[in-house]
Amino acid sequence: MKGEDAVVAVSLSRSFGAVKAVKSVNLSIPSGEIYGFLGPNGAGKSSVVRMLTTLLLPTSGSARVAGHDVVTEPTAVRLKIGAALQEAALDDKQTGRELLELQSRLYGLCGPVTNKRIDYLARLLTIEESLDRLIGTYSGGMKRKLDLAVAMIHEPQILFLDEPTTGLDPISRVELWDEVRRVNEEKGVTIFMTTQYLEEADYLAQRVGIISQGRIVAEGSPSELKRSVGTDIIVAKINGQTSGPAENCRQVRGVESVEVSGNEITLSVHQGSKVIGPVAIALDQYGALVEDIVLRTATLDDVFLHYTGARLQVDAGIAIKEVP
Amino acid sequence: MIGSTKVQARNGGFVSDVFAISRRALRSVLRDPESVIPGFIIPLFFFAVNTGALQNFVEASGDFDYKAFQLPVAIIMAVTGPLSRALTLVEDVRSGYFDRLMMTPVRRLALLLGLMVADIALVLALTVPVLVLGYAVGVRFETGLTGIVVFVALAAYWGLGFAGFSYAIALKTANAAAVSSSFMIFLPLMFLTPMFIPLEAMSGWMATVAQYNPVTYLLGSLRSIILVGWEIDEILKGVLSVSAVVAVSLTMALLALTRRVSRQ
Repeated sequence: MKGEDAVVAVSLSRSFGAVKAVKSVNLSIPSGEIYGFLGPNGAGKSSVVRMLTTLLLPTSGSARVAGHDVVTEPTAVRLKIGAALQEAALDDKQTGRELLELQSRLYGLCGPVTNKRIDYLARLLTIEESLDRLIGTYSGGMKRKLDLAVAMIHEPQILFLDEPTTGLDPISRVELWDEVRRVNEEKGVTIFMTTQYLEEADYLAQRVGIISQGRIVAEGSPSELKRSVGTDIIVAKINGQTSGPAENCRQVRGVESVEVSGNEITLSVHQGSKVIGPVAIALDQYGALVEDIVLRTATLDDVFLHYTGARLQVDAGIAIKEVP
Repeated sequence: MIGSTKVQARNGGFVSDVFAISRRALRSVLRDPESVIPGFIIPLFFFAVNTGALQNFVEASGDFDYKAFQLPVAIIMAVTGPLSRALTLVEDVRSGYFDRLMMTPVRRLALLLGLMVADIALVLALTVPVLVLGYAVGVRFETGLTGIVVFVALAAYWGLGFAGFSYAIALKTANAAAVSSSFMIFLPLMFLTPMFIPLEAMSGWMATVAQYNPVTYLLGSLRSIILVGWEIDEILKGVLSVSAVVAVSLTMALLALTRRVSRQ
């Protein structure tokens, strides 16, 4: 499919009863890209992935994956995609090799090709040692790697990874990031990845789409998105009410926008080092009890806050929720 | 270099799909034998208890081999009940592994049939200890070796029909407790029959109910094969009543499968 993007969605929508989970999502992801789909739980990420991987029909709109329509040509799509969906879905009572062989058989691959693929993937993902052990004995990181291998057994053109590192410890997470990047670089596999982790999208994705309440609210490379909210960020934590002090800050020269989330005031500014002094004075003039004030460069979290009015909160790298 | 072998993904073919799925199911059984051990013990227990308690009493009423009369009950117990792979299916749906299979080009029907093939293999294994025990206590088939084959095949056919209900429940609810409750269907089907004494000797409401219970005719066929010989019409009655059950349960299972894979 020369010239056609690996994933194309046009006004893709999905309702569950009265609930509109996905609202008119448009996507065009070129071949070879790592695309990060960023949003909190319940934002509609998984529904989009389930539609693109032929598990769920759209209510309206359409999508083409690897050049085939997901509604009318599901089998053609299935042959060209691989997917690792949330929480490594494996079978504890099989060995890694047995599960890979089963998967390979379902794609009609013969024994010798299967063995070569297993050898290759085991080396690529460094799981050779555990291949013949029962999956029940694997660590969380190991399972995710096997999950990735299973998704890739038939050499798919496009990989869908739904929250590939949720629940992993930080070391395993970084390790998996490197595997994902290697898969992308070595084989030119297009990767569509959902995540709740900003660092993950920042580290891996060439482009990021931010989804909130079923809608894509911003899209671009991580640096473009960060630039869109200003170069520097000042965050002031206030003990007490925030709207008054926030108003005062808005008057300060160099402050581009002001967002309030919980007891935090977040300011997008130019040349933060020059603005932080006047901001501190403005807060003091109001009589606000400032617990903490920080100047830093923008992160995707700030982007998320800017576009959705809510902050993605990461608690100890595990739980995450949208804070109004 | 490595991994650059030509990989041509395609449909694996229906038979290949079915066997790939059933192989996985059987491997799980072998690695988790605790789940099938009760299935081996319960029928032997019932056989021992039923014959131990009732043999002298029933045989006193006439010329009667009560052990041969009870062997079909044990066989039906062995092939019915908590043994289907329906719980595996529930686990797969819950863990997301079912979705993973759904994203492959596997034929949807193979996901169900593969498990049923595994069930049949298991059911055949479960009939062995019952037959051995029967032989050890002196039960002989009037119909000989061919009779044993027909006997086991008919029992397995019933086992498959009953399993259909648990698959229907598993696919519809994806709930392990609901699947286990298919045992509730088993109780009346098994016990409201001439399980302990011949139909002619039964009376009252239970005799009436038993006349409409397909298991009554299954028992009739199996007993006839052991005790009497080749009574074709007796055997046919059993085959037909089991077929009726198979038709209902497999239709339910297929409808539930269609719904489960409908992408709604």
